[in-house]
Amino acid sequence: MTVLASFDLSRTPLRDVNRFLHRELGDTTHVRIERPDGAHSIAVGLDAPVRVDVDGHAGYYAAGMNKHATVVVHGNAGPGVAENMMSGTVRVKGFASVSAGASARGGLLVVEGDCGLRCGISLKGADIVVGGSVGSFSMFMAQAGRLVVCGDAGDALGDSLYEAVIYVRGEVKSLGADARFEDMTDADLTAVAGLLAQAGLRHDPREFRRIASARSLYHWNVDANQEY
Amino acid sequence: MCGIVGLMIRNPALRGRLGEWAQPMLVGMTERGPDSAGIAVFTEPLDAGLRKLSLNAPAGFDWSALHAALADGESLEVRANHGTLTSPRPPSAVRASLAVAFPQLRVLSTGRAIDLYKDVGTPLEIATKYGLAGMAGTHLVAHTRMATESAVTPENAHPYTAGEDWCLVHNGSLSNPYSLRRKLEPLGIAFDGDCDTEAACRWLEWRMREGDTLEAALERGFDALDGFYTFLMGTHDALAIVRDGFACKPALVAETDDWVAIASEYRSLAHLPGVAQAKLYEPQPERIHAWRAAA
Repeated sequence: MTVLASFDLSRTPLRDVNRFLHRELGDTTHVRIERPDGAHSIAVGLDAPVRVDVDGHAGYYAAGMNKHATVVVHGNAGPGVAENMMSGTVRVKGFASVSAGASARGGLLVVEGDCGLRCGISLKGADIVVGGSVGSFSMFMAQAGRLVVCGDAGDALGDSLYEAVIYVRGEVKSLGADARFEDMTDADLTAVAGLLAQAGLRHDPREFRRIASARSLYHWNVDANQEY
Repeated sequence: MCGIVGLMIRNPALRGRLGEWAQPMLVGMTERGPDSAGIAVFTEPLDAGLRKLSLNAPAGFDWSALHAALADGESLEVRANHGTLTSPRPPSAVRASLAVAFPQLRVLSTGRAIDLYKDVGTPLEIATKYGLAGMAGTHLVAHTRMATESAVTPENAHPYTAGEDWCLVHNGSLSNPYSLRRKLEPLGIAFDGDCDTEAACRWLEWRMREGDTLEAALERGFDALDGFYTFLMGTHDALAIVRDGFACKPALVAETDDWVAIASEYRSLAHLPGVAQAKLYEPQPERIHAWRAAA
């Protein structure tokens, strides 16, 4: 049974809306936030399996630290959408600014449009699927998790990667230090197919290339003379 | 942190709405810059033989004394502690006589199209003080400041200007302003203050005076200007924005057939008429985005 609550951010202060989402949900299963108009920190820190629809463009840190909830932004998202997400799903129907999914530990972030720079920076276990392209320095120092890019990637993709894996369908302008292309295995094809299905995007997984860490930076190499 | 705001009216019939639409854009950036704000408005240009100078006076300045000292063909319009002096004399001659007779006045801008207002206070206070909502023109460049590297004073507020009909606002910080300055000062280019932004403003104006187009100057700037920046700039007929290669400082563009609006964040664009149908995008790092006003 759907129990709906609606808020108009042009009338209700954001703090009241976030307080409701944190403490006063009760039986509410579905929350609609109207007139977001680029406000920061919409629906951050959620900790319940509620669905939240943001009817417009969100500012910084939308759905940051999300746990269990499904948050859909029916517009664009500002910097740091779903940063530090723990679980749940965040979907951006438009484009996302820089640092989308930064440090996210779990859950799924879907950006149907493009992402700015540093998408998935320091990713710690979440999955990110981008329908469009990602900017430079995406997945910088990403430790765990997966990024699927249906479009192109900018410069220095996957610089200083740890165990996170990147799949790109389009062009990669350049790889970062220690990132390398690897062959797609059956497990990779299955993983990409699954993530695309979750994101609702239709592409052939065989069109994607895998990028992962060469692991040459894992140990200090004095002969490299810090030339990486 | 700072906020940047730009607006160009593409449909000449709507140029009377420039200030009215820009005021909530400026006020929308208050959280990014609560300590000072400034506005450069580009109007229809004066006749080729005339220049206008935007002047800032300290509290208590006797504007009637300046009125009485005007030369033939000169006029003065005063808004709060700002005056716009229009003169048929060369700007250098006007500046020289002002420096002698009214040393307490600061010349904020010179040109045929630019009017400049900047001061300390909240964006709403400054918009109200200078009557932003009533201003008309082709385009404007505005800024809200949160000082990080120099004092909160009217001089350190943005926009910065150099030469004629040229202004620049900055969100970010430069790491080589003093090397730029050491290059420019021996060429006879004088600095008013010590804000890093002034170096970028004067360096780009110097390049254009040397013959570069706006685009060529900005292209060179990607190599010469080091640091974090989103620069929004205005000339008599153009608005332009560039971001450093890391795009550390935000910017968003909204375009319709009637206007082009630029702001640090969507919060400052949300009220614009027709924004729901506007084309929205973030300016790409190290790419020049420029728009020309319709003649």
